Amino acid sequence: MEFWFSERHTDNVELSIRVDNQLFSGKSDFQRIDVFESEEFGRFLTSDGNVIFSEKDEFTYDEMIVHVPMAVHPNVQKVLVIGGGDGGVARELSHYEEIKVIDVVEPDEMFVEVCKKYFPDNSKGLDDERVNIYYQDGLRFLRTCHGEYDLIINDATDPFGHTEGLFTKEFYGSCYKALKDDGIMVYQHGSPFYDEDEEACRAMHKRVFRSFPISRVYQAHIPTCAAGYWLFGFASKKYHPLKDFNAKRWNQRKIQTWYYSTNLHLGAFMLPKYVEDLLEQEEGKESRKD
Amino acid sequence: MNIDAQRKAPIYEALQKFRKQRVVPFDVPGHKRGRGNRELVELLGEKCVGLDVNSMKPLDNLCHPVSVIMEAEQLAADAFGAAHAFFMVGGTTSSVQSMIWSVCKAGDKIILPRNVHKSVINALVLCGGVPAYVNPDVDSKIGISLGMDISQIEQAIKENPDAIAVFVNNPTYYGICSDLRSIVKVAHAHGMKVLVDEAHGTHFYFSNELPVSAMQAGADMAAVSMHKSGGSLTQSSFLLTNTGVKWEYVSQIINLTQTTSASYLLLSSLDISRRNLALKGKESFSKVIKMAEYARNEINEIGGYYAYGQELTNGKSVFAFDVTKLSVYTRDIGLAGIEVYELLRDEYDIQIEFGDIGNILAYISIGDRIQDIERLVGALADIKRLYSKSNEKMLSMEYIAPIVAATPRDAFYAEKESLPIAQTAGRICSEFVMCYPPGIPILSPGEMITDEIIEYINYAKEKGCSMQGTEDPNIERLNVLK
Repeated sequence: MEFWFSERHTDNVELSIRVDNQLFSGKSDFQRIDVFESEEFGRFLTSDGNVIFSEKDEFTYDEMIVHVPMAVHPNVQKVLVIGGGDGGVARELSHYEEIKVIDVVEPDEMFVEVCKKYFPDNSKGLDDERVNIYYQDGLRFLRTCHGEYDLIINDATDPFGHTEGLFTKEFYGSCYKALKDDGIMVYQHGSPFYDEDEEACRAMHKRVFRSFPISRVYQAHIPTCAAGYWLFGFASKKYHPLKDFNAKRWNQRKIQTWYYSTNLHLGAFMLPKYVEDLLEQEEGKESRKD
Repeated sequence: MNIDAQRKAPIYEALQKFRKQRVVPFDVPGHKRGRGNRELVELLGEKCVGLDVNSMKPLDNLCHPVSVIMEAEQLAADAFGAAHAFFMVGGTTSSVQSMIWSVCKAGDKIILPRNVHKSVINALVLCGGVPAYVNPDVDSKIGISLGMDISQIEQAIKENPDAIAVFVNNPTYYGICSDLRSIVKVAHAHGMKVLVDEAHGTHFYFSNELPVSAMQAGADMAAVSMHKSGGSLTQSSFLLTNTGVKWEYVSQIINLTQTTSASYLLLSSLDISRRNLALKGKESFSKVIKMAEYARNEINEIGGYYAYGQELTNGKSVFAFDVTKLSVYTRDIGLAGIEVYELLRDEYDIQIEFGDIGNILAYISIGDRIQDIERLVGALADIKRLYSKSNEKMLSMEYIAPIVAATPRDAFYAEKESLPIAQTAGRICSEFVMCYPPGIPILSPGEMITDEIIEYINYAKEKGCSMQGTEDPNIERLNVLK
């Protein structure tokens, strides 16, 4: 017997993972959640048929979305994580002693419960006493926040699904308002390779670029993402991701990582030319292609 | 309502059966189940073009229903508590017009509020009916036209004892309802029919948390936009008649202008939507009400905006309020409704129903989800943060009482000349000028043009309202009577 999970990345491309067995399937008010056990990626979780993370590659984005801003901002005390219900981001944040509060806003309680049960390594991050979980819509939570956070991490991955509202101008505007004057927002920036994804990626950059004074994009290699290639956004009111980057200070912390390093930090902002071009087009600069 | 019978959907079922028979078409439509137009199939899908068939014996004929359409109409009548229901395929415009032509002949007077949809006055242009306008009250803060106070109706009846009918907008686009039961009582006491434009009130029939429906209030006819809150396809609609109306005559009137090739896509969508409403309407609209109330509270929380609701009711000109409507007054943040409407679309990818000078209207329906409401509220908060300004120099949207100098038909067909708008003050207009949406005329044929009206038209144009109705596509010139 062969049992394959397939996710459609475009109408013509699929990612298929051979599955050993299915551990969970359930439908919440927001999404259908499935958990599978596989040889290649270990356990992985899907939302409406899209891989959200796998045991094998989740370290990449949890590290990249946390350590990059943390190596730039000199004093993060209050962090807001939007959609981080699996706990991976909170787990990485818990390495930092100076952080006093980690607010995690996740609309879907079932998602948190499923992660607790099947991905205890991730969700142990939520057990940190600095973590407060709010089962709420991200946009709604942000509406009443003014100048409160040093760092906002938008952990939502899908600009087409139930998290659509977290990729909009109103969301980025609300984040800007909720951040302190030197605050940073990092977010999942999607994959730039396939056409439809490229459009979403462009739209995101256009909106963030117009909402924040500093808006840069960095990259990582994540095998279960479309084309295995993933971008993150770094939007900031004051600190530049490279000019204000303090490698020495970060290395002194001696945090164990598997993907992030201070060398990689610099390299991650060096983008392929086609990506640089499409971002610059959205910034309204002349494309260097022409 | 017989719930067991409501589980049926005769037109839909007949189409299903017909599809399985694999009949070879040597009739219209010429695309022959899409085979002759592959691009159309590509766009709409096999199933959809396969249902685009002609009237025939197993599928009945809308012009003279005897089988499945008749049965579907009977079920609809039962679901809406009407004596008869007509399936309409020319939009609710066709329902409104058929309603008027069924009671109003050339020279007949009809009492109506001035803030009617253009289809009403169009109907009068064609049939030669004479409007006796009731000037609606205007809410001084939010600047919208309200309903008709019963004392105004009594006054209008006294002044026009020869009128044949009273026409009511219920609810208005903004959700304002008049005291329909009392209007029916007074009108019937004077031998006048009551016609209700219920385009925005389909849901009234399926909830006890909402204002009374036209049929329940005893009105004689109602035009119900099934494609608005009822969930059917665009352009499909119901015309309902009550016991005091001879439906056979209404059927003749409808057939004066109705297509003889009614689309089965529209008809089956009406049939299925009626079934949904009858079986699940109450539950669905209770959800819609909750979402609208939630949005109202959240928007009012932001500050600067006023999302109005039940508190507007005053027992007279606002007898009741349709709480599914989400109208928001925006002028206190220094932006015209139309400006907020455009920002929402251009900057936030949110399309709302319309924006006028002082308000926006977001349409909440059975298709909405709470996360979309959060987006709308989030965007309004962000618009306030980024774009709000002083509200000085903003024109308030006042109702301008028309000076009627000629009947719509006489003015429309009269000898006329075209003048630049600025030179038309004091002349009689022979055409319509309106913002669309909402499609309520600022000027209609036969009305005197004043400086105030010209100022209003210019302001609406400047703020970016989409204007239409005039022969001049650029709305720079108006046709006036010679």
